[in-house]
Amino acid sequence: MSEPRSLYQKVWQDHAVRTLRNGQTQLFIDTHLIHEVTSPQAFGMLRDRGIEVLMPERTFATVDHIVPTHTRVEPFEDALADEMIRELRANCARHGIRFFDLDSGNQGIVHMVGPEQGITQPGTTIACGDSHTSTHGAFGAIAFGIGTSQVRDVLATQTLAMSELKVRRIEVTGRLQPGVYAKDVILHIIRTLGVKGGLGYAYEYGGDVFERMSMEERMTVCNMTIEGGARCGYVNPDATTFAYLKDRPFAPEGTAWDEAVARWKATASDPGCRYDDVVTIRAEDIPPTVTWGINPGQAISIEQDVPTVEGSPEGEREAVAEALAHMKLTPGAPIRGTKVDVAFFGSCTNGRVSDFIEAARYLEGRRVHPDVKAIAVPGSQHVKAECESRGIDRVFKSAGFEWRDAGCSMCLAMNPDKLVGDQLCASTSNRNFKGRQGSATGRTVLMSPVMVAAAAVTGEVSDAREVFGVSREAVA
Amino acid sequence: MALKKIREVRGRGVPLPGDDIDTDRIIPARYLKCVTFDGLGEALFYDERFGEDGASKGHVIDDPRYAGATVLISGSNFGCGSSREHAPQSIARAGFEAVVAESFAEIFFGNATTLGLVCAAVSPEARRALTAAVREDPGLEIVVDVAGGRVRAGERAFEATIPPSAREPLLEGTWDPLGELLEGVGEVRAVAARLGRPGAS
Repeated sequence: MSEPRSLYQKVWQDHAVRTLRNGQTQLFIDTHLIHEVTSPQAFGMLRDRGIEVLMPERTFATVDHIVPTHTRVEPFEDALADEMIRELRANCARHGIRFFDLDSGNQGIVHMVGPEQGITQPGTTIACGDSHTSTHGAFGAIAFGIGTSQVRDVLATQTLAMSELKVRRIEVTGRLQPGVYAKDVILHIIRTLGVKGGLGYAYEYGGDVFERMSMEERMTVCNMTIEGGARCGYVNPDATTFAYLKDRPFAPEGTAWDEAVARWKATASDPGCRYDDVVTIRAEDIPPTVTWGINPGQAISIEQDVPTVEGSPEGEREAVAEALAHMKLTPGAPIRGTKVDVAFFGSCTNGRVSDFIEAARYLEGRRVHPDVKAIAVPGSQHVKAECESRGIDRVFKSAGFEWRDAGCSMCLAMNPDKLVGDQLCASTSNRNFKGRQGSATGRTVLMSPVMVAAAAVTGEVSDAREVFGVSREAVA
Repeated sequence: MALKKIREVRGRGVPLPGDDIDTDRIIPARYLKCVTFDGLGEALFYDERFGEDGASKGHVIDDPRYAGATVLISGSNFGCGSSREHAPQSIARAGFEAVVAESFAEIFFGNATTLGLVCAAVSPEARRALTAAVREDPGLEIVVDVAGGRVRAGERAFEATIPPSAREPLLEGTWDPLGELLEGVGEVRAVAARLGRPGAS
């Protein structure tokens, strides 16, 4: 009998090509995803050194960060953005790389496109020049965000020089309270373990709460793994995973499907395997969670008060003071009631069909507060089309949301969607860093999609359970 | 391609307060709209250094006492957030050769090392002492001793951690791994054949 192994160990050992002189592993990358922001310099480096793309059939491209969401007319008004999309098109054409372009009907945020196409598969290694590549771990893939020189490495060699991570299993068991969503689960985990708690680790999410989650919910959780400092995070593949992948364009068919499912099942962590650390969280202890500060770990329950400097642990006081100064919140006052200027609904964290459906359930017949600018940005063209076929777009539009085209939008504001001045944004996205949403003094409060809907309607940070009378369990 | 063997970095330091310095702060996303890394040095910490009118806010990077510093000293989880290599690129292009911090976010650490930007982790006590020392005497020479795993400031020396996976390549001048990865392409093809290709049934 061989030693029981975690999914991470199996995938790592399967994909290890050889040991490098510095002790790192040359790790084979099954699937490489690229976009317009972090790839042009990588192609440039290959050009400078006269190196070709080794396995172009394993790289897939789309355009997401810089695309405007209010118009698709080209050339884009922003000449730099326009240059980037043209550069990506040229690089893909030159190297024979599959590109899900704006006119394909398949364009979207790169972390939406991989799963939608069935490119993201269990037991594989995936790399992309974007930190939220951890999203793909929802399928039991080991997925790394990488820098541009590493994008170059993958293009040139289909491998990365990597050091093996430790594995921490995070178990969430029990029943989530009504009004508590996957977003709250991951915000709670980051708040509990800290934004650097995951350094050196891969996170394995286990326990009955994750087992009951849909693939879209698992993606929300894995997406924000990086905000907790862990390089990647995953959920073991199961029947939910396979049902999602079946009949997707790049999923295996016929007997190959059955073989793939058998192989995928075998990649799941073995019972009794060893973890470097195990953390257990009771689902009942997770509240609707919102951030109050300038990193995703600075979060509290919607029922709590904004921290005070004096009331914070000594080592954190400087950081708390800095965050309070930026956020212009009153220390010790309830976070509830904080005035909201913008509601942003979208991103690779919460821009999926189920996010829109769940929020639409409560937005139906309600109106966005007159002082709030509200934008809804589907994560992909598929999400947009699906929402429109279900009439979800009409609910958002009648409520007063702008209904946009697919892209990263105001999650990182590399496009025309930006905060202005010190606007405060209730956001379904993943980062509340200073300046993240396009204004140096802009303020971000991260929360679940239904909480953003509640903030949009009331014009203030609100408890969706009160505003909407949310009484159903999100994760069954 | 022969790379510089980096045994140590010598230069003056600049203390950057705070923990969790994220890559959006190091380089705001709007400066990522580029197809080369040229000119990114000027965008370093832009929104912290300049107001919307372009006027200097008197950020420590622009403090004349620290002009010409090559060692950035900061807190824990330095470089967290986005995977943008533009962050270490802007630090290096602004003239820095080493970052001394309590800890580093992993993607940043890898990106920086591949550029030959030395990342040395020190204890919170050492960081405080280094910060105090350069504030007191901005002309003080800081030595990041890659070979010896130490950071020296004048008469004082502090233990510094540079993991072997980074230390050896820095010392040997092999910190860009592409050459070695290319040597393995034969074996890579064999692994690819064994694993098959997702979606290529």
